[in-house]
Amino acid sequence: MDILKKLAFEEMRMDIPEFRPGDTVKVHTKIREGEEKERIQVFEGVVIRRRGGGVSETFTVRKVSYGVGVEKTFPLHSPMIDKIEVVSTGRHKRSRLYFLRDLRGKAAKQKIRAK
Amino acid sequence: MAKIKGLIGRKIGMTQVFDSFGQSQAVTVLEVGPCTVLQKKTVDHEGYNAVQLGFLKKKFKRLNMPEQGHVKKAGLSHGFYVIKEVPVDDPEEFELGQEVTLSDLDLHEIVDIVGTTKGKGFQGTVKRHGFSRGRMGHGSKHHREMGSIGQSAFPSRIIKGKRMPGRMGGKRITVKNCMVIDVRPEDNVILVKGPVPGAKNQPVLIRCK
Repeated sequence: MDILKKLAFEEMRMDIPEFRPGDTVKVHTKIREGEEKERIQVFEGVVIRRRGGGVSETFTVRKVSYGVGVEKTFPLHSPMIDKIEVVSTGRHKRSRLYFLRDLRGKAAKQKIRAK
Repeated sequence: MAKIKGLIGRKIGMTQVFDSFGQSQAVTVLEVGPCTVLQKKTVDHEGYNAVQLGFLKKKFKRLNMPEQGHVKKAGLSHGFYVIKEVPVDDPEEFELGQEVTLSDLDLHEIVDIVGTTKGKGFQGTVKRHGFSRGRMGHGSKHHREMGSIGQSAFPSRIIKGKRMPGRMGGKRITVKNCMVIDVRPEDNVILVKGPVPGAKNQPVLIRCK
């Protein structure tokens, strides 16, 4: 096997659930506080993009927190992600949902995709 | 056998790995060795101590006559695409025709990597030396030219070393203090942090500190 593929394969996580832009997810991230101390923080929001492939794939989650839009980009295969939970699946025809940044309230609500 | 201070390798490509903090690191994958000792150079004979190493096998019939004679001396039935020298303290610790692998390398956290950069061809001063360019519009006719290259009647010549357009790249470059992220002797592979000069499959020399 090609050594580059082999290395990438070792770094990649196999426990990632399937999700698309438009889906609402809960990302449980490990936060390191000082030496040997860890806690889990949950970031819940709408996935607005997935980019890249292989080990370097990342995804961006957007939520509106106290009226302020917050976006976080996570490496999909990062060991700092404890788990990803798919809360609901959205319905969209495009892969980059940047237009959600201009929408507020009910307009930014995600339609549900039938499974 | 003593540990050797350098080996010949080949650039495989770049990828990323996650470190112990969970941060992703851009790494270059280098195939290092196995190399074969072709010649021992001693103070008595050549004036310095070194071993000559060969890397990447080449068929015997592809060698020219001087190369054929050289590999025959080492008792080998094939030649090499890449031949480089590595200084050692005592060449007598090595044998001709002996294989030197990654596990024989005196590898620590930091290495120097010598390679040849990608050739860029004939380039102007903007790309080659980072000169600033003129404005592209508003009647400007000074776009990517280099501007003044000197004075007038005195000194009526161009100062030596004036940076001008010319061939760029294809040079031997040493990247010092590359951090070794991972060593995999079973695959003959090391991972170093950051980029390494040259294209994929290009030979590099790994020098240990």
